[in-house]
Amino acid sequence: MLHLVNKSPFERIALHSCLGHVREGDSILLYEDGIYAARKGSATTDRVAAATGKFKLYVLGPDLAARGIPSDQVIDGITVVDYGGFVDLVAEVGPVQSWL
Amino acid sequence: MAEAETLDDFDETDEDVKRFMFVNRKAPYGTIYALEVLEMVLITGAFDQDVSVAFLDDGVFQIKKGQDTKAVNMKNFSPTYRALEGYDIEKLYVERESMEARGLAPEDFVVPVKVVSAAELADLMAEQDVIISG
Repeated sequence: MLHLVNKSPFERIALHSCLGHVREGDSILLYEDGIYAARKGSATTDRVAAATGKFKLYVLGPDLAARGIPSDQVIDGITVVDYGGFVDLVAEVGPVQSWL
Repeated sequence: MAEAETLDDFDETDEDVKRFMFVNRKAPYGTIYALEVLEMVLITGAFDQDVSVAFLDDGVFQIKKGQDTKAVNMKNFSPTYRALEGYDIEKLYVERESMEARGLAPEDFVVPVKVVSAAELADLMAEQDVIISG
């Protein structure tokens, strides 16, 4: 199963709620303002880093770049994907839950 | 009898200048708030008003260095914050609590800012005539 999170973890509880419902082996893709959760050194980093051990975490590269976050600031264990990778995940991992 | 209106009536006097603070609390690009507020800041500056711009909560991400929006097909408006100085808009405040929670520091921003505590920002808000939020 693929979970999509596009809201900032500092402003909304979408990611928090997602992490409360995700099952081992599921995939989570962070995009749009959701990408702020993928960055090292913030108040949410520890929680997200802990999730990388149980779930497959991905982050959309174009949204990282737009917001000025280089890939070397992404938490270890999160895979950066492009739009093609987003499509592949939707096609391969299905069903998709959007945590809007 | 009242005098006819002349252009002199529109001359700037101290009474015409109000203190405006723009309160940015949203990240850029995910919503339109940041860009819309920036446009209001520029307009207000063009009218020679006393303008302050505050960045708190996710608003601190608006002025993060290194934004490159080519791949998302959106306009990168972060360089515009550097143009505010040309409108004599130099009172830019970042709330320390918001900045630190997001792992950011003053050198991460595209413009020089004054870092203030939440309590100091609250005092600044209370001094304004008009507060516009986004």
